Amino acid sequence: MAAFLFSRLLQSAALLVIVSIIGFTVLNLMPGGPLSQYALDPGMTQADIARISEQLGLNRPLYVQYLDWAWGLLSGDWGTSFRDGSPVIQVIARHVPATLLLMGSSTVIAVAVGTWIGIRGATHRYSGFDYVATVGAMIALSIPTFWFGLIGIYVFSLRLDWLPAGNMYTIGDGSVLNYLHHLIMPSVVLALVHIAIWSRFMRGATLDAISQDFVKTARAKGLSERRVVMKHVVGNALLPMITLAGVQVPSLLTGALVTETVFTWPGMGRLFLDSLGYSDYPVVMGLLMFSALLTIVANLVADITVALVDPRIRLA
Amino acid sequence: MVAGGQSASAPAIALSVRGLTVRLPDGMERRHAIEDISFDLPRGQILCVIGESGSGKSVTANTVMGLLPKVMQTSAGSITLEGREIVGIAPEELRRLRGQVVAMIFQDPLSALNPLMTVGAQIDETMAAHGIGTPGTRRERAIALLTEVGLPEPALMYHQYPFRLSGGQRQRVMIAMALALEPTVLIADEPTTALDVTTQAQILALIREIQRRKGMSVLFITHDFGVVAEIADSVVVMEKGHVVERGDAEKVLKSPDHPYTQRLIAAVPHLRAEDRPRAAGAGAPAKAEPVLRVRNLVKTYRSGSALFGTQRVVPAVQDVTFDVWPGRTLGIVGESGSGKSSLGRLLIRLMEVDSGEILFGDRDIAALSDAEFRGLRPKIQMIFQDPFASLNPRMTIGTILTVGPIAHGTRAARARDEAKALLDLVGLDARAFERYPHEFSGGQRQRIGIARALMFKPELLVADEAVSALDVSIQAQILELLDGIQRETGVAMIFITHDLRVASQICDEIAVMQKGRIVEFGRPSRIFFHPEADYTRELVAAIPGEHFGEQTRTAAETAARA
Repeated sequence: MAAFLFSRLLQSAALLVIVSIIGFTVLNLMPGGPLSQYALDPGMTQADIARISEQLGLNRPLYVQYLDWAWGLLSGDWGTSFRDGSPVIQVIARHVPATLLLMGSSTVIAVAVGTWIGIRGATHRYSGFDYVATVGAMIALSIPTFWFGLIGIYVFSLRLDWLPAGNMYTIGDGSVLNYLHHLIMPSVVLALVHIAIWSRFMRGATLDAISQDFVKTARAKGLSERRVVMKHVVGNALLPMITLAGVQVPSLLTGALVTETVFTWPGMGRLFLDSLGYSDYPVVMGLLMFSALLTIVANLVADITVALVDPRIRLA
Repeated sequence: MVAGGQSASAPAIALSVRGLTVRLPDGMERRHAIEDISFDLPRGQILCVIGESGSGKSVTANTVMGLLPKVMQTSAGSITLEGREIVGIAPEELRRLRGQVVAMIFQDPLSALNPLMTVGAQIDETMAAHGIGTPGTRRERAIALLTEVGLPEPALMYHQYPFRLSGGQRQRVMIAMALALEPTVLIADEPTTALDVTTQAQILALIREIQRRKGMSVLFITHDFGVVAEIADSVVVMEKGHVVERGDAEKVLKSPDHPYTQRLIAAVPHLRAEDRPRAAGAGAPAKAEPVLRVRNLVKTYRSGSALFGTQRVVPAVQDVTFDVWPGRTLGIVGESGSGKSSLGRLLIRLMEVDSGEILFGDRDIAALSDAEFRGLRPKIQMIFQDPFASLNPRMTIGTILTVGPIAHGTRAARARDEAKALLDLVGLDARAFERYPHEFSGGQRQRIGIARALMFKPELLVADEAVSALDVSIQAQILELLDGIQRETGVAMIFITHDLRVASQICDEIAVMQKGRIVEFGRPSRIFFHPEADYTRELVAAIPGEHFGEQTRTAAETAARA
């Protein structure tokens, strides 16, 4: 286990370095550069811009800027936002909880509903339910998340007036219920595509498990069908799903980005788009690194969980 | 806690099957999986149901257990278990009988146990499902059962996960589980087929012993007449879903009535007292030089990390030395873990050797780089075990046969002609060229696999368990084919197998391997009839039904003459 963790940490560190180099380079290749917004200001002279560039250290060669930034990252200084001068870490920390709340609730919905649909689809293969679930999953996968969001807002906010169209809470009302009320639509919309993915994979994994010999053994012992499915089939079917959960984290993050924009949810996705708009490179890079870290940690946790659950695997 | 009747009123027939018919879904090769099957399992006896793949023997067992897949339905007939009809009873009633009155053990103990549950939990579950005992008494009972089936340290075994156990130990766990509720009928579906021959002998003895002690009635499904000879009181022979012969075990084995039974018994390989006549003279003139000389070959598997002190070292092949001569077959026999398959993989360089030499002609294969070896690859070809997995399902037979030679520079038209000629040689129609692997049976696919290997005009064929996945009658045909090809082409062969009877049919010399070493080497007649190493003696003694060999063979011959 120690050896496994050690080698995985090394790999992760290397991965983060690569991601940061690519991210940094691509970001700086964008036309305009971080000072383009100042250039639009009629009160700015060329000399002013050169001075700002000098102050921010943007006139140095790119690799020096990168090394400087990377060193700062390691020592806990993620730089300061170009937009309002506050430390990047604080800016990100302000937005992370909202995104984690959205991702967390979406995951709970996607896993619960997807698992149920997958198991039922597999145990009742080729039934009406199975066909509806298959077609439903295809629809959910082929329609973009923002469209679901807009339709949701139109139907449940504008027409029925059941759910708020955006934001995380009503100003002046900080109750948990109010938060939950705002959370319902974005998390369900974000969950839709993941329910589709999760249910398809769960159906496949369940079918694999159902055809295993030990399931026949379980039946031959006289176990009830319910116990056969819940204990022997689902237990084994969930194993590969743990790995899938780890792999799904980046796509949840991407989905959150879109969903947050549609529902004016004050999370990382919104922050990312806004920062790109303002060419706030330190924040964009900070978000990129945070997402990469989150993805790596999620996959590591998934691998360790599989090893803990499956007695056959000893991490080495 | 004993259910089912062992009372005085218990019927003399524990299980009776009458006119049982199970339909197959439409579009299958035949309408019924089994049709009009009838037999009786007398109390306290072992009834063997024997047949080849597709005979319907497993379907019969599963029907009795109510474990048929949903697409198959019992369409006629009756099954009387301990005096009560079970065809058409409510699923919940049938569930209560399963495990309690009738229990089942399966072929592959590797996959028949849930990998995520401890041995103890799986035994416990059987009793809990029928609402028997408290957690404490069930635990006690489980440990008693583990003791009863001869597992070492039962209290520790209780907490083990199946993957830590050997194949034989897992099958003992399965038996313990089946015995948990003292069922009166035990159904064993090929319970020893996946086991090594010495383990098979132990498990057969265990089943026999438990059956006698408890007066259980056993329905034993098998494809192996050797096993029948070891264990059966009476026999039912099945072919393509029908019962073709039934009767007392001794009678069926010694003087079978039905031609199919006679054919089956005749096809059972036996240890041959006389060695294989040399192929010398036929085909290419025998060279005085061996094709392959293997010297002091060593391969060790290492896993884990030396740095963290978790390294495990398994010596797979230790100091192995032998020669392979043109036109002759070297058999490498051994049980699982003996290193025989590792050796085969070393010879065709699917693995790097640690030390030693593999001299092919005058070149040391072991020392060649991959690029240098590529030129030699056509000369050393492999025939694989599983004819279903070793042919690419998306390629036509023609492509499968010609893709290799064309890659090595043969002109496409010429490769095509050669492929068609080889299909003919291995006994297939030239029309097979355009067809896909799924259109062929296992035996036909193995013929294709052989033709594929021969396309390169190899000097050495390595056959790794090449007939193990086949029915005995097909097995005999493939062995005959290999024998004929060797006589015609003078190819040298290394035949790796766990089955001593098969090895004695085809090999000129045999190397017996145990734990990576060759423990005995010699001609088959000497190895099998005058073994010197203790291990060889053990292997020979464990061959099922060999004492029946002489009698059944003469019986079959008499019947064939009649």
